[in-house]
Order: sequence, then C-alpha cells, then structure tokens
Amino acid sequence: MAEFPDATSLVAAARRAHAEGYRKTDAYSPFPIHELFEALEMEDRRVPLIVLLAGIVGCIAGFGLCYWVSTMAYPLNIGGRPFNSWPAFIPVTFEMTILFASFGAVLGWILLSGLPLPYHPVFNVARFAAVGSQTGFFLTIESDDPKFDRHGTADFLRGLGAREIDEIAH
Amino acid sequence: MDPKSERGRERIEDANAPKPERPTYSTAVAGAQYKEFPVIEPGHTLSSVTEKISNVVLLGRHPIGWFITFGIGFLLFNLLMVSVTHLVFTGIGIWGNNQPVGWAFDIINFVWWIGIGHAGTLISAILLLLKQDWRTSINRFAEAMTLFAVACALLFPLIHTGRPWLAAYWLLPYPNTMDIWPQFRSPLIWDVFAVSTYGTVSLLFWYTGLVPDLATMRDRAKSKVVARIYGALALGWRGSARHWQRYETAYLLLAGMSTPLVLSVHTVVSFDFAVSVIPGWHTTIFPPYFVAGAVYAGFAMVLLLAIPLRKWYGLEDFITMRHLENMAKVTLVTGLIVAYGYFTEIFYGWYSANAYEGYMIKNRMTGPYAWSYWALIFCNGLVPQTLWIKRLRTNTVWLFVMSLIVSVGMWLERFVIIVTSLHRDFLPSSWDMYYPTFWDFATFFGTIGLFLTLMFLFLRVLPMISIFEMRTLTAESKVKGGGGHH
Repeated sequence: MAEFPDATSLVAAARRAHAEGYRKTDAYSPFPIHELFEALEMEDRRVPLIVLLAGIVGCIAGFGLCYWVSTMAYPLNIGGRPFNSWPAFIPVTFEMTILFASFGAVLGWILLSGLPLPYHPVFNVARFAAVGSQTGFFLTIESDDPKFDRHGTADFLRGLGAREIDEIAH
Repeated sequence: MDPKSERGRERIEDANAPKPERPTYSTAVAGAQYKEFPVIEPGHTLSSVTEKISNVVLLGRHPIGWFITFGIGFLLFNLLMVSVTHLVFTGIGIWGNNQPVGWAFDIINFVWWIGIGHAGTLISAILLLLKQDWRTSINRFAEAMTLFAVACALLFPLIHTGRPWLAAYWLLPYPNTMDIWPQFRSPLIWDVFAVSTYGTVSLLFWYTGLVPDLATMRDRAKSKVVARIYGALALGWRGSARHWQRYETAYLLLAGMSTPLVLSVHTVVSFDFAVSVIPGWHTTIFPPYFVAGAVYAGFAMVLLLAIPLRKWYGLEDFITMRHLENMAKVTLVTGLIVAYGYFTEIFYGWYSANAYEGYMIKNRMTGPYAWSYWALIFCNGLVPQTLWIKRLRTNTVWLFVMSLIVSVGMWLERFVIIVTSLHRDFLPSSWDMYYPTFWDFATFFGTIGLFLTLMFLFLRVLPMISIFEMRTLTAESKVKGGGGHH
C-alpha cells in the first residue's frame, strides 16, 4: 500500500499502474474521485440493474396486492364500479415500486461492496488508520497480481511519487 | 464590499478554471455587476473541514442556545406524552372535533409537518440532480429535519384513530382473523402507503449519505466505546474506489427516485381532500398547490434552523450568505405559486358558477373565520414579497422573522382549507362552529417539542453537515490536468 500526497498524484499513479498491467489494484480516498474510477477502469453496472429489477418486482407486487385484495380476497361492490378499478391502484403501485427500488439501491451498494465487513487488512497500516477516512490518498497492489514483484512493485510505486509504502500482511 | 467574500469568489473561479466548457453560475456572473457569495469561505482544506464539523460532536462543547432550545423542546415533548396518555385513556372527545368538523387539528398538523419535511428531500435529491453545489452544506440536517417532521406527522393520523392498536387492520394489508382487507380505492390508504414509503426512503437516503462520515467519526473518536458504535454503523467503510463508484451510483439513483416520490407524497396528501366533494376541496389545483406549499413551508423551517445553528456553532464558513439567500429565493418562488393557488380558488368560486363553491369562498373572506383567511393572505401573500429586496433577503434577522411568519401562515392555510370548508357545507341545518380545546393545542405544541428534542439530539451525536461532500468543495479535492469532470 502506497500513500500519495494528494488527489492529483493518486490519479496519476493509478493511471500508470493500470497502464503497466497491474489489475488487482484498489485506491482509497476520503471522497469520491471520478478520474480514479476511470483510471482503474472500475465501473460496476450491477447497482442500476438491481434497482431496475427491484422496481419491477415492487411494481408487480404493489399492483398485485391491490388487484388480489379488491377482486378476490375482499371484493366490495361500491356503486357498481368494477372490482379491478386500476386507476385507483396507481398510487399504491407507484409507492411500492419506489420502496422496493430504493431498498435495491441501498442493499445493492452495501452487499456488492462486501459490506458490512468490520475487519479488513488495510486497517493494520498505521497511516491508513490515522488518515484514511479523513485526508489520506492510498493505492494498493495485491501480491497475487500476476505482475506483482516484491521489490519491483515497491520501486515502481516509489518512482510514482509515493510518500510511504507499507506491506500489508493478511 | 466585504473583502472576505470577494476573495471567496476568486477561489471558486480558480477551482472552476480547468473546465471552461461547463461554466457554473458563479463564473457566469463573475463579470457582471451582481455580487455572488461563495458556497464555502476560502482557505478551507480537507483536514479543516473534517475537524470543524466532526469536533462539534466529538468535543461535545455545546453553546448555551443548545441547552435552552433543547430544554424548551423537552418540556413540550413531555406535554405531548401527557396529551397522548390522556387521549388514549379518555378518547378523542377531549379534542374540539365535532360534526361537521370531524377533521381538525389532527389533519391540519399532519399536513403541516409532512409539508415541512418536503424541503429536506428537495434539497438532498432534486438539487443534487440539478448539480447545485450549495446544497452540500445544508442537506444533512435538512434530511434529518425531514425524518423528524415525518415522525411528528405520522403521529396525528395514528392518534386520530383513537385506538391505534385496533386501527392496523384497515390501514395496513395483513392477514387478520376477521379476513378484512384495506380499501385500495380510498385516498386514505394511498396516504398510508405514500407517507410510510416516504419516511422509509428518506431514512435510507439519509443513512447512505452518513456512512462515509460515520467512518470518519469512527477514526476520530477518542473513546473506544464511541469508536465501536460509529464503527458498527459505518459497516466497515474504508473509502475504496470500488465502493465509492457503487456508492455514488446508488446515491444518484436514490436521488432520482426520491424526486418523483416527494412530488407524489404531497399530491396524495392533497387527494385526501381533492377526491372528496366538499366545496373548496374538490379542485384540480390542489396537487401542485400543496406541493409548492410544502416546499415553501419546508424552506422556511430550514432557514429557522440554519440561522441560529450557523451562529451558535460558528459555521458561517460553511453555511454562507449564499445558502441563506438561495433558500430565500426558493421561498419567494414557491410563495408566489401558493399565492397563485389562492387566486385560483377565488376564480373557481366565481367561474364554476356553483352556488356552494361561490358561498365557500365568500364565507372564507367574510364568515366567522375571516380573521384566519386574512391572516393567511398577510403571512403567505404579502410578507414573502419583501424577499424581492436583496438587502432584506441577506439580513439574517429578517429571514428568521419572515420564516416564522411563513410557518404560521402555512399552518393557517391548512386551518382555512379544512375548517372553513367543513363547518358550512351543503345543508345549513348541519352547520356548526369549531373551537379547538386545550388538548388540541397541547398535542400540537407537544409535537414541536418532539421535533426539537430529536433535532437537537441529532446535533450532538451525528455530524450536522456532510463532511465528505464538503471535502469535494475544497481546492485540494480537484484533480489537476487530464480533464475529467468532478
């Protein structure tokens, strides 16, 4: 794990590491940096997909509930109006769509990110524990990356302007 | 001209310099005569933003204003407990509700609180989608305000049922021994779904926004126990770029879904009235007029909270005059839409050529409750017009007073709509007057106590401004060279 002094040098280092062929990399920053996502080519499109699917399920569940209750479970004849009076079911259907899709979005980002995870080896690095969530910018290259070489990778990171390099045991 | 804010403007121009293709509002007007306040005072860094906001909670030094407001809030909260206990043991006969005014303070207060909540979602979701960076320093406590306002709102329909523990089967669809199901063609059931979805989604949105800040709090906490609590809530967040990417996608999607949701909620609330046939309720103007009124009341409440808080906690660097002025402008615009709603009601009274509609509007203006109608026109129609004047909308004392007047005005609006329409409907033989009792007022002021108690406890335990989003406003956070968009 290498620490960089600012967002600009972290993004530059991430670009170089990616260009060098390192793929098992990750970066840590105290706020989202879009350039970093591009540099490491990380774009997980599964969250929107989950939201869409959850929304469709919520929509069907919402309308299904109204339909089933009003036509089968408890049909009430009010002034001869049809049991399946669908326009009256739209508000509940809409709210259920949003409710399910929102749970999809929140559970999506949490579970796809492998959270909740109380322990992670990166917290063993003293500098990361001290500034990781406040002012620190870090880049990690994992030892099972095919390009990884204990000395070569450390030298490479140092060449990119890393402030401090730590090895993380796990 | 204040030299401090002048420098601030230069800083913002600097920060925007590498991306001339999409000029922001502040760069667009930089050359013009108009003076724009900065969204964050100059000189702040990643660490100064982090320290300043988290220290409010971690150092636990609270101003005297906190203790006074919390004390008042807590006393009123106890009044609420007494009122609800008395209600449960006696029944809703302790209120002034009667026939024909079967809905009174309970629904007035419900609509008032729900409306106040709407500004929080507008700030956090709609302004996020519109890329308004000034929302950043006010969204956290505005969202908290939404949650607590929704909690106060939900209390009213619940206690209005008299025996809430028996009301569950016609409010919520669950298999019960009587084999009875809710009536899905009723706006009251739509309301149950709309408001409970709104409360839940607001909580999810708020919590998602809090996670990175909870990680910061975890790492900055001095005590082990406190660090553990924040740590558990932060879910082990470590700021990985992979996580940030999913996080941002999810956050934007939540904002995108909250936007139609918030519009639907007050629309459904207005259906409670508009779907009925009571004169003064049965109009198509209600949904937009209610939504605008909600945002209007909500921004007034955000101003009421923001003005003292920024002063007490020395947060003028983060909640600048720019925020106050922008909120005042939103208040003015929504106030004009509300005023348009009042004109439309008068127009309907005449144009519908319906004797009952015509009588309703005449009764509002000259009947026994005329005082409330004219007070409403004064509070919501006239007072906000002062915001056209820049000197008044950048004067914190006036903004505070004006927000109080607007809050009273919006409460009166619901009073006028509900009481004047119900107390004289179609049959003169069923006309009657409505007078609130002590317990009506005790319950209403009690919910203000509940709101203040929750809000001021929130200030003590969670960062009131989103720390990680404030970091993105500092000069350090900008990636230089290589284009990109941030």
